[in-house]
Amino acid sequence: MNESLPSQLPSPLRSPLLSLKAISKTYGAVQALKGVSFHVDAREVVGLIGENGAGKSTLMKVLGGVIAPTGGTIAIEGREHASLSVPQSLAAGIAFVHQELNLFENLDVAANVFIGREPRYGGPLRLVDNKALHARVTPLLRRLGCDFSATTRVADLSIAQCQMLEIVKALSLDAKLIIMDEPTSSLTTSETSRLLDIVADLKQSGVAIIFITHRLAEIERCADRVVALRDGALVGGLERADIRRDAMITLMIGRSLSTLYTPPATAPLAPVLELDAFTTPAYPAQPVTLALRGGEILGLAGLMGAGRTELARAIFGIDRPAGGALRLNGRPVTIRSPRDAIRLGIYLIPEDRKHAGLILESSIAENIMLASLRSISRGNLVDTDKGERIALAQQKSLRIKAPSVDERAGSLSGGNQQKVVLGKWLCMQPKMIIFDEPTRGVDAGSKSEIYALMRKLADEGVAILMISSDMEEVIGVSDRVAVMHEGAITGVLGRDALSEASIMHLAVGDTVH
Amino acid sequence: MLKKDLGLLVLIVVVGAVVAVINPRFISPANLANTANLIGLFGLFAIGEGFVIITGGIDLSIGSVFALLGVIFMTLLSTDGVNWMVATALMVVAGLVIGLIHGFLVTRLRMQPFVVTLCGLLIYRGAARYYTDDGTAGFDFGQTFPTLEWLTTGHIWGVPNSFIAFVVIAAIMAVVLHKSVFGRYLFAVGKNEEAARYSGINTRAVVVASYVICSGLAGISSVYFAMYTRSVAPASHGTFYELYAIAAAVLGGCSLRGGEGSILGIALGAVLLQILQNLVNLLGIPSSLNFAVMGGVIVLGVLIDSQLQQLRQRRAALRPLPEQKAVAKA
Repeated sequence: MNESLPSQLPSPLRSPLLSLKAISKTYGAVQALKGVSFHVDAREVVGLIGENGAGKSTLMKVLGGVIAPTGGTIAIEGREHASLSVPQSLAAGIAFVHQELNLFENLDVAANVFIGREPRYGGPLRLVDNKALHARVTPLLRRLGCDFSATTRVADLSIAQCQMLEIVKALSLDAKLIIMDEPTSSLTTSETSRLLDIVADLKQSGVAIIFITHRLAEIERCADRVVALRDGALVGGLERADIRRDAMITLMIGRSLSTLYTPPATAPLAPVLELDAFTTPAYPAQPVTLALRGGEILGLAGLMGAGRTELARAIFGIDRPAGGALRLNGRPVTIRSPRDAIRLGIYLIPEDRKHAGLILESSIAENIMLASLRSISRGNLVDTDKGERIALAQQKSLRIKAPSVDERAGSLSGGNQQKVVLGKWLCMQPKMIIFDEPTRGVDAGSKSEIYALMRKLADEGVAILMISSDMEEVIGVSDRVAVMHEGAITGVLGRDALSEASIMHLAVGDTVH
Repeated sequence: MLKKDLGLLVLIVVVGAVVAVINPRFISPANLANTANLIGLFGLFAIGEGFVIITGGIDLSIGSVFALLGVIFMTLLSTDGVNWMVATALMVVAGLVIGLIHGFLVTRLRMQPFVVTLCGLLIYRGAARYYTDDGTAGFDFGQTFPTLEWLTTGHIWGVPNSFIAFVVIAAIMAVVLHKSVFGRYLFAVGKNEEAARYSGINTRAVVVASYVICSGLAGISSVYFAMYTRSVAPASHGTFYELYAIAAAVLGGCSLRGGEGSILGIALGAVLLQILQNLVNLLGIPSSLNFAVMGGVIVLGVLIDSQLQQLRQRRAALRPLPEQKAVAKA
């Protein structure tokens, strides 16, 4: 699949730098990309927008040669390919500047730029020619106006400087197209402004750029054209004159959501957990004030990196809060560790199920018992029979599909693994449960079971905080939705004010009109 | 009993039988008692090492602890005339304190266990040599401690008391590791520290406890070794002994990555190592090859075990998924 098709007849017009035709990608029954077509010309900045999970990352992986599309063609300067390999993509001049940086902190700037293709001296030892290395990197640094030198250790660079270094790396590869995936997500306002200037300079020098970001203001400033993805399909584009915030939001949303909402059985009760000017170490300058009532499901929406998981971690005692106070049932509490939180009846179902939620090599029963071993023991010795009974009861009530509770947790499907994590908490008395991305990697059947369970718990008086990046889930499950942007709560929406547009406006940092 | 432990037991029986056939002196009461004594001495602290290894750590300092506590113990008894019960208790307390320091450095100051205990190995050895000015510490002429000597080097019906002590402590530790809440926590921390923390386990306390148990048992062992040799030369006493413990744990099924191991396995590992030592003597193999034989057997044992495990996994992969089975049952 990797060899290139013979190039078609040269078109009379100059062909675009990159042209995607009907690219699709399916994973089993899931269609991640549905016939996406668009092109990028030289000297052009194309903004790529879309919600979390719209297919942006998959599309970029296709361009990077990391995954092969199941259909469609990729044409680079007129040469058509069914798929790209990583070396092909590099040779075609496509370079990436990733959100997470891929740098070697222990090496200096020059070594990072030329890692794996260092200039060598001749002779039998083929030693690295450091002089030539630095001589080649320094002009590139000057071209971008970097304020660090080729010999600076990467560990000493700021995040913005690292981002710059990634661009230097791309230029050193003679990139014709640079794909920037959320390059500004960890930059300050002035650093962002500097980066956008560099984007403009690069464009002037003939480089094309695909700019992916959740920050629409940046697109407004730098993009010549916008294309929007939604649910794996291209839903439209905007030309320079039409690039406006509202227009972009309309493009990103507008999908008809099936209504799976079940209203609560009772009116919400008194607040269970109150956050009072609570701050996380990730966003120490953004105090969060929020009340979570018993019997309700409070959705916590926002784009990636909005600080939702950080908030959950601080409440649960994984990270020390930077400031503020917590009240549980009206009484002030201090939570210094997950142990403290669990003792108070506050449980977390973490986002990272495989590392933080489960011990994959242990059995279902061992995982379910892990948090409540003290109460399953007599005189400090584990009562295995009692533990087994509790695990079996959870397996039955949660319908965990496994031949026995002695099965390794790692051998289960995502949905069943998530149920095991749930079982661990449900065999104790919860006052509040934080679900962080509860249905990521979970099949449709288990999804609806988990939703039903959340509602049942809420109706029993448990307070539920659900962090979710899935709009359908946020709107379909929550009684109220708090939206975060860059560490701050930008608004709380009641059921009647809930729409994809209202959430999206808050998620990109607009305040409610 | 795990398949692993059973395999090890079979290996011990086979090796023992072969040696016994070649040289019947192997099963003479004197030789068996002597080997049992060594198994007891070396098994005791191997159990402690096992606890640390299960958390994913390592303790390299045990041999030096023997030297340091050994010279102090000897001096307390001979020069200072301290009561033997007080002196023994002091040694155990000293061991516990050393473990506490190791655990503190590993958990609170986030130093790597290898580095912490390697520095321990160097420091305690140096301190021991400085303490006696490189002289050998021993009892004064004619000094005897009948009860202590009976406890450490005596016999009951021909069975060395060191071996009995080992069996008793192994049994207690087996309950702690395999039946208690703490044991469950220990395995959980070794397998996935993050998930353990998210489940409300005080992972730091668990890790510290493992080092305290390890060095505490080393404290008891140091009394046994001092009474066994009756004189402690600080430059050589106990050198490399921590490696016997690590070898026994690894032979017994502990993974240096943590999260795996059993007391029975470690005990059997200690038995096999001493039988190998004994075999070198009895079969007329040059004693200079002693370590080479041990190393060779460990490499083979671990290799066979990992190959068998891969085979089992490949077979398991061919089985239908548990879900499909459950669906088929329904």
